[in-house]
Amino acid sequence: MLSKRIIPCLDVRNGKLTKGVKFKDNVDIGDPVETARHYYEQGADEIVFYDITASSEGRGIFLDVVERVASQIFIPFSVGGGINTVADMRAVLLAGAEKVSVNSGAVKNPDIISEGAAAFGAQCVVLGMDVKRVDKSEAIPSGFEVVIHGGRKFTGLDALEWAKTGEALGAGEICLNSIDADGTKDGYDLELTRLVCESVRIPVIASGGAGNPQHMADAFTKGKASAALIASIVHYGEYTIRQIKEQIADQGVRMRMVW
Amino acid sequence: MLAILDYKAGNQTSVRRALDHLGIKNLITNDPDVLAKADGIIFPGVGAAGQAMDELTSGGLDEVLKALIWQEKPLLGICVGCQILLDYCEENDTRTLAVIPGECRLFNPSWSEEDGTPIRVPHMGWNRVVLKKDCALFKDIPAEAEFYFVHSYHPAPKAEFIIGETNYGEHFCSVHGRTGLWAVQFHPEKSGTPGLTLLKNFHEYCLEAQNAQ
Repeated sequence: MLSKRIIPCLDVRNGKLTKGVKFKDNVDIGDPVETARHYYEQGADEIVFYDITASSEGRGIFLDVVERVASQIFIPFSVGGGINTVADMRAVLLAGAEKVSVNSGAVKNPDIISEGAAAFGAQCVVLGMDVKRVDKSEAIPSGFEVVIHGGRKFTGLDALEWAKTGEALGAGEICLNSIDADGTKDGYDLELTRLVCESVRIPVIASGGAGNPQHMADAFTKGKASAALIASIVHYGEYTIRQIKEQIADQGVRMRMVW
Repeated sequence: MLAILDYKAGNQTSVRRALDHLGIKNLITNDPDVLAKADGIIFPGVGAAGQAMDELTSGGLDEVLKALIWQEKPLLGICVGCQILLDYCEENDTRTLAVIPGECRLFNPSWSEEDGTPIRVPHMGWNRVVLKKDCALFKDIPAEAEFYFVHSYHPAPKAEFIIGETNYGEHFCSVHGRTGLWAVQFHPEKSGTPGLTLLKNFHEYCLEAQNAQ
């Protein structure tokens, strides 16, 4: 039986690890390579890096971070942020990432999913989705709408339809982030997670809102997620990854406990 | 020195980084002379079987590999490199190297996990390997260790070549081959300490085989 995965998410800005709340008020909190290695040694199952740098100079620094991570960390990691073309994908994969996450770039140009899957394999392409709760309507029957640009722009896409479209285009996995829950530490949006998990047959990573191990256990059991993304609760040292895994495993959820 | 086979369809650099980390000399190459001189060969792979076979055959590397395997050059196939050693892969309806009898099949979407939920494909994440036979690759690796998998097709070799199995809805073969010719469906280069130990064990076997000759 496949273990459920715990995935720390590292936002990187100008080569530094940073953390914001609801995509705002970012503060630098450390070195991403050192932090990633620390999580690797603690038993993280995978790591996600998001480049939230805007400048091209920052992009070069970010790719250097990816290369340094790849030479020190022997678990899979994915990279997202600013991926708009197959060339962008190739650059991060060559730097050593296993997977590349497309988000706004895929909303603007869905073909990037199929082109990326054809060039590098479906297992490489993660569809990142930022989702906000809205009133149910004809256009958004689920009441969950896809948003882009860090939650600032509504797309008119229903989250469940977009997840199915992404799967059909060849995405190998979905990273599902609730903007409403992000940074709150009140738990994942379990309704959203379960609806998306039931709409597709590719693995889904729950994201946004993790405050304690119970939230992650709920994402796996009630939300049916394959993996859970975490940030603040490990970045600020409230829990170690081992503590998180032990508490989840105590509830009968299969976790990888030897590393 | 271990040779990492370069056929433009693999994850050569990930394997190289893991070997560098272990202090094992290695070279990414498609030069038949270098492959012949190496203590052992790692045959990596990601992506699709059809494309990988095309890359191998267009450069004549398929025949080079088969000849080296015939001469008992130690070889470790990883992921697509593990699948291609079989006769046939359902992916792109591909005739493969036919070094180990068997075929490679798409995961059956009607399989379900222990809790009753249908399996998701690809099989992506960490899972265990239950050994059916002693295997030098797994020396010093605890039974509860897990390895990182990411694949939609799984090997189904002839029973006598099954070395290890993994459960994903049903049991499937995740390690096959024979002593000195091993194929693993997971990615040891991305499986933390157990994976690095497996690569180290392969290297040690290669050196012993070299000394024995």
